[in-house]
Amino acid sequence: MTSRDNRRLDLILAAGVFALIALPWYRIRSGFFSFEWLEDFISSEKLWPGLVQGLTGRWQLWPVLALLAVAVLLRFTQAPGKRGGALIAVGAAGLAWMLAEGLAIGLRGWNWGLLEATFGDVAGQQAFGAGAVVLGTLFALMIAFGAAERGALKGDAFVLGAITLLVLLVATFVFYPLVSMFTGAFQEFDGSFTSEGVRRNIVDPKIWSLACFWGGNCGVAWRTFFLAICTATGTTLLGLVFALVATRTGFRFKKSLRLLTVLPIITPPFVVGLALTMLLGRSGSLTQVIEAATGWELGRWLYGLTGIWIAQMLSFTPISFLVLIGVVDGISPSMEEASQTLRSDRWRTFRKVSLPLMAPGLANAFLIGFIESMADFGNPLVLGGSGGVLSTEIFFAVVGAQNDPSRAAVLAMVLLFFTLSAFLAQRLWLSGRNYATVTGKGDGGRHISLPRRVGWPVITVAVAWAAFTITVYAMILFGGFVKIWGLDHSLTLDHYAKAFGVGWDNGILWTGVAWDSFWTTMEIALIAAPLTAAVGLLTAWLIVRQRFPGRGVFEFALMMSFAIPGTVIGISYIMAFNLPPLQMTGTAAILIACFVFRNMPVGVRGGVAAMAQLDGSLDEASLTLGASSGRTMRKVILPLMRPAILAALVYSFVRAITSISAVIFLVSAKYNMATAYIVGLVENGEYGIAIAYSSVLILVMITVIGGFQLLVGERRIRRGEEKAANSSFSAKEARA
Amino acid sequence: MTQTKGAVAFRNVRKTFGSFTAIPDLTLDIEPGKLVTLLGPSGCGKTTTLRMLAGLESPTDGQILIGGDDVTRLPADRRDVSMVFQSYALFPHMRVGQNVAYGLEAGGMKSAEARKRAEEALELVGLSGLAGRLPAELSGGQQQRVAVARALVLEPQVLLLDEPLSNLDARLRRKVRTDIRELQQRIGLTAVYVTHDQEEALAVSDTIVVMKEGKVAQIGTPRELYESPASDFIADFIGEANVVDGRVLSVEGDVAQVELGGVTLPLPSRGQSPGPAQISLRSNALKVTTDGTGIKGTIASSAYLGDHVEYEIDGPLGRIFVVDDESDTPLPSGTAVALEVRPRGVALIPGTA
Repeated sequence: MTSRDNRRLDLILAAGVFALIALPWYRIRSGFFSFEWLEDFISSEKLWPGLVQGLTGRWQLWPVLALLAVAVLLRFTQAPGKRGGALIAVGAAGLAWMLAEGLAIGLRGWNWGLLEATFGDVAGQQAFGAGAVVLGTLFALMIAFGAAERGALKGDAFVLGAITLLVLLVATFVFYPLVSMFTGAFQEFDGSFTSEGVRRNIVDPKIWSLACFWGGNCGVAWRTFFLAICTATGTTLLGLVFALVATRTGFRFKKSLRLLTVLPIITPPFVVGLALTMLLGRSGSLTQVIEAATGWELGRWLYGLTGIWIAQMLSFTPISFLVLIGVVDGISPSMEEASQTLRSDRWRTFRKVSLPLMAPGLANAFLIGFIESMADFGNPLVLGGSGGVLSTEIFFAVVGAQNDPSRAAVLAMVLLFFTLSAFLAQRLWLSGRNYATVTGKGDGGRHISLPRRVGWPVITVAVAWAAFTITVYAMILFGGFVKIWGLDHSLTLDHYAKAFGVGWDNGILWTGVAWDSFWTTMEIALIAAPLTAAVGLLTAWLIVRQRFPGRGVFEFALMMSFAIPGTVIGISYIMAFNLPPLQMTGTAAILIACFVFRNMPVGVRGGVAAMAQLDGSLDEASLTLGASSGRTMRKVILPLMRPAILAALVYSFVRAITSISAVIFLVSAKYNMATAYIVGLVENGEYGIAIAYSSVLILVMITVIGGFQLLVGERRIRRGEEKAANSSFSAKEARA
Repeated sequence: MTQTKGAVAFRNVRKTFGSFTAIPDLTLDIEPGKLVTLLGPSGCGKTTTLRMLAGLESPTDGQILIGGDDVTRLPADRRDVSMVFQSYALFPHMRVGQNVAYGLEAGGMKSAEARKRAEEALELVGLSGLAGRLPAELSGGQQQRVAVARALVLEPQVLLLDEPLSNLDARLRRKVRTDIRELQQRIGLTAVYVTHDQEEALAVSDTIVVMKEGKVAQIGTPRELYESPASDFIADFIGEANVVDGRVLSVEGDVAQVELGGVTLPLPSRGQSPGPAQISLRSNALKVTTDGTGIKGTIASSAYLGDHVEYEIDGPLGRIFVVDDESDTPLPSGTAVALEVRPRGVALIPGTA
């Protein structure tokens, strides 16, 4: 016991000393992993490690050095059982000090006038670099190991370490940005407090006006709210229609209806808007047909809330469909059978039993639709015209001529308020009200068919909408091959050639304009996917299998981060990571971090679902057989979770490719992502290339998902029991 | 140190889950080489006790010693115990052989050596040749034996068994419990066995610890518990006794004269003084006659079960439950009977005056 405690402490102490003498303390402009800094490490004082920085006058690092020395001292003077509390204290003090000095001293000295007045001048410092990041992590681990030595959580250092690091990561990449956004709203450019920007924006009639009730224009907050209500209502109804057709009618093609559920996963969020423009826009094909036939001038009716609404209906109905299939299917058939034996015909049974049982599920679908619509960025960006919604207003508040961060922050808070309210409603009010049985165990009965007077209308609506959806998607595939949409419909491969051209000059030349962002996207998605899966599943394991104080809060906070719209994340990341102590804007790292922490909740949910199917005594058996937690994870849990892991990998990969709302804030010239690039093309009116590029992305994702299905499907044949895992990663979670 | 190898001790152990106290204060010693059963109704804290011994729960207070060493803060993977789970917890993705070798390899043994030892362990439980199967391809009884082999192969100081038979059918249960007992005695291993089935406990144990609401209700050999229950709870829980009211007339040395439903009989006094007392009356301690002398009563109901007849009889003791081995002429309801008391199976319950 003692030796193990000492060994792991030795390891982090050695790493700490190494970080202090051999890694640059401050951020390096050219990037750490280029390793260019190795050449000038001695000569350039910017690159010096923490120890040297401290010795040459940066007194703010002295406490860090001292605390590490105390830890080393503790290691050699105290036995493992005795020093636990002291280690926790050292670790906590180290983290707290690094946080304080990092926030207090910026590029040009003190960040707040008050401190400068009290302590006098101080030399400015760069953002944290490799050395500082490593040391901060080690301080966190010190807390975990100290707690382990004190016997917390049965003395399991692996579990404690994992929890500590996760909390640190979530705090850094979810909560710190949100807090930064709030404080950013109250700051002048020089950092001093002001409420002027907030006061100006919070009463801005452009946000809150209700003038549309008497003929004017309503504020953006109300318009967004109104749109979200409409979209949520529409998608819930249509989703229910599809779910009923798929489960309770003899409709012949109902199997293929389920294919619809894949669409939102593989479709970059603005593509539907783009296709709608081509169909119904001013020179859209349908518009031209109608105008030619009737002589009316249809104009720009599509641009605005109507258009966004149609696009969102197309985008989110499949999500609602997927949610409601579970609900409709989950109602125990014996309820309906009981009702029938009690002298109720099918119509009465449907009205009095089936529908009421579905009610909580419908409310859930409504709230999901509401959040989706609020958070949607791609469709409003393409179709918003002059009247945008909150998410696009946020974007234009920072990128456009306005450049008003406090306005962006206020708008983001309004948006966050709406989505979080819906999330809390969904979590607190709906939880425990679900009548659907989730076990999937049928009790032998069969669902009755819909009564005739419901059945036919429902099938008609479903078929019509499915036809519309197919048309829209056909547009996307077809549009890439047409010279100029609406004017010159001759077929061409020009757009593909321009986007994905390949030349040959002593090796492949990627001459197409899209290649650059395409490879960046693939690279970042490939890096982010395994990280997302790892972090998500580790968290799931901790939540399901470990009992630690604050577990409920931890889980709730994680799930809540799912309700934070991408736009809000984007703006908060910019505000948090643009200046020291953590400066990441313009790097690939910020994109990766964004993907990992945005998609992690899905990994967590999938992992929790998969893990719930594994008997807890398997872990315990492994422990009592002498395997450590780490080994248990590696040898028992991971192999049994393989389908869930694969699903998490594929899902986060695909999401990293299709995401736009947060990404568009974070891309840079060096690291441009496919979606951001396509939006740029749309803004320049290059629809042909944009559509061609989108089709290629969709094809890539179909390939990836199809391959994954084959892989998992094959496992299913060999072993009967492992199939539930992949269905838990469904389009329900897919959001822009 | 060697003398205490395999000994287990709980010292003032307390365990709470939030505001619920599962174990208020447990002190318990287990001798090396014995099979000790923790017996009790569900929720009595027996499984919690076992899991604390395994290191799967940590005590809120107190000390746990294994082989004389304090293991209270030692995590499960570093304790010299191994456990057979109720669900067996065989790793479904590993072959039987890999399952058994798992613990050895975790301890750093070379895999060839581990495989050999696993094969030996499987042989010990009568499963040689099945190392290459997947757990799902074995019957329930075979899976159970794999779980035992997997635990035994580590040669732990203490073997823990958490209701190991509850997933087997009744017939198999009897055979497997004999096997487990035989194996334990052959190896001379300390074993702690959790069950809620009193018959199982009586059959396998050296010592039975009956628990109730987190406390030890009585410790003793199966025979002690059956013949001299310390409380009405024990009397009822072990072998379903009738607990009836009687009166101690006089005490002389260790023998008390006890009045019971109109008859007087001598019983071990067990510290009782004259006065009212509770008496445990086993269902087979009474012989049902129509013409003899004894406690008078009337048959309220009877059930013929082949080799014996079960009666419910109303009389001065209230309604009592009696099993009669004489099944040739079952008596109908309403028959007036006299119950002869056999001294075996009747005991004064101490401290219940």
